[in-house]
Amino acid sequence: MDMAKASIRKAYGEALVQMGERDKNLVVLEADLGKSTMSYMFEKRFPERFFEMGIAEQNMAATAAGLSLGGKIPFIHSFAMFVTGRSCEQIRQSICLPNLNVKICGSSSGLSDFGDGSTHQALEDIALMRAFPNMTILVPVDANQVVKMVETIVTYKGPVYLRINRSELPVLTGKDDNFQIGKTYVMREGTDFVVFANGIMVGQALEAAGILDSQGISVCVVNVPTVKPLNGEEIFLHTHGKKGVVVTEEHNAIGGLCSAVADVLAYRGGIPMRTVAINENFGTSAENYEVLLQYFDLTAENIIKVIKSFV
Amino acid sequence: MDPHTNRDSLMLYLKHQGNIVRKRIVEMLGIDHAGHLGGSCSIADIVACLYFYKLGITPNNFNSNNRNRFIMSKGHSVLAQYAALGELGFFPEEEYKKTKTLNGKLQGHPDMRKTPGIEANTGSLGQGLSIACGLAISMKLDAISHKVYVVMGDGELGEGEIWEAAMAASYYKLDNIVGIVDKNGLTSTGFMKERFDIPNIDDKFKSFGWTVLEIDGHDISQIVDALDKADLVSGAPCAIIANTIKGKGISFAESNPSFHNAALNQEMYFQAMQDIDLLLKETR
Repeated sequence: MDMAKASIRKAYGEALVQMGERDKNLVVLEADLGKSTMSYMFEKRFPERFFEMGIAEQNMAATAAGLSLGGKIPFIHSFAMFVTGRSCEQIRQSICLPNLNVKICGSSSGLSDFGDGSTHQALEDIALMRAFPNMTILVPVDANQVVKMVETIVTYKGPVYLRINRSELPVLTGKDDNFQIGKTYVMREGTDFVVFANGIMVGQALEAAGILDSQGISVCVVNVPTVKPLNGEEIFLHTHGKKGVVVTEEHNAIGGLCSAVADVLAYRGGIPMRTVAINENFGTSAENYEVLLQYFDLTAENIIKVIKSFV
Repeated sequence: MDPHTNRDSLMLYLKHQGNIVRKRIVEMLGIDHAGHLGGSCSIADIVACLYFYKLGITPNNFNSNNRNRFIMSKGHSVLAQYAALGELGFFPEEEYKKTKTLNGKLQGHPDMRKTPGIEANTGSLGQGLSIACGLAISMKLDAISHKVYVVMGDGELGEGEIWEAAMAASYYKLDNIVGIVDKNGLTSTGFMKERFDIPNIDDKFKSFGWTVLEIDGHDISQIVDALDKADLVSGAPCAIIANTIKGKGISFAESNPSFHNAALNQEMYFQAMQDIDLLLKETR
């Protein structure tokens, strides 16, 4: 499958500038990684509404709470690991508890910062954020969807965690495709099995479904960009008539999309589920993203293997 | 805002309000319910000067952005703030006896969604100064000329985030922040000097680029003067280091580490009330 690729983080940076033009209350805070998170684009266009907070994520998060109290719409930035990990308690106490309008951009998420290794690879960020009441968690599938997400969350009131991949990903949605918080999106129809995926794993799942189709196995692929609040009703409907469910994400199987879907299926019951995710592991350095994804079995081949394990 | 034409009557009024705050704190604690008596009483006079002299916050202007702000970063001492808010009419008097109960509005730590008049959720120590930075930046962006007042504990200064915020406030020249340190010298487990001392607080803030004033935190005239002086500080945030006595005004609790978060038995309760009534007689 040869698809056009585009940088999610660059699209994010451009979308932030665009929304900054529209809404004068949008302010941007950065913890010294603006060239990676692409918040530097906003800094260039709106220096008076950009605040370099230094390498101090805790203060950045709680400062954003204060800005929100003053009526601003703050977007805070760092690598996914640091913005959710180092400022975890600030996000709980100062942002989620009072349900303040702060947008948290976790960039270079998952394994996408392949060279920097385990310290910088966020495989638990969604689990951390998902535990907090009031938090919304979004994982864009491509450069078009992230633009829609930024547009949406500027007007949505409440804390949002937006997980941004560092690399170029296949463009799987159109510029005018709909995005709504809490909706799931069927990327490919299929009748035997269903794969729930988000982020980079949607592309892998589509590749797997294509190969399986030629072998007579029909797989439905559903993009689940909103991990929280998860649309349990839609998740359950997608499983109707299927022989098995696979959930795949670039994150530990504990606490992320896998757990969220399992919660729904355990409650509604009746269908076996497997995961293709990181299993109780930290990341590691690698020469490129591709080999790292292969090392952790986050591949179309593995999805195929797991689906066949049902048969 | 104050109706007091001469300074003496203003001082007497604020001193009285400080002791009213203390009386309310003890009422909210009640008998046999653990609560943060010590740290609430050490800031009673400061809170009184803020709410009844400086802030001008009322239930009528609370929803406006164009006003002063107050953040109780040392959230466990919120009983003092509740007392002031109640006096200002943010909630009915019957809430006092429902403090820290399921059906009450007054939580164990400040919650802006549950208590009218509370500005942020604080009490996990170290976060209030950061929140104040955000509010201060927001006010500057909107050309609002009011200030953000934030009360911190001296023990709370052990939190690294305080110093992250201190750097940011200085870097962004947030002269609309007044940070008040309640320097009572005690933390929950004892005297800071014996347990985990944080010396030279004034020098620390100075070296972070703050303008620093040091006062007796129970001397109304010094508190008022410091708050007025802070109005004139330009180009840097202002720290007021207030030397205080934990449990101030309650004879048996003064500088006594046992009353950080203690329950008063019946005898203690009535002794505390008697102590405060004596103080109130002086200012009546």
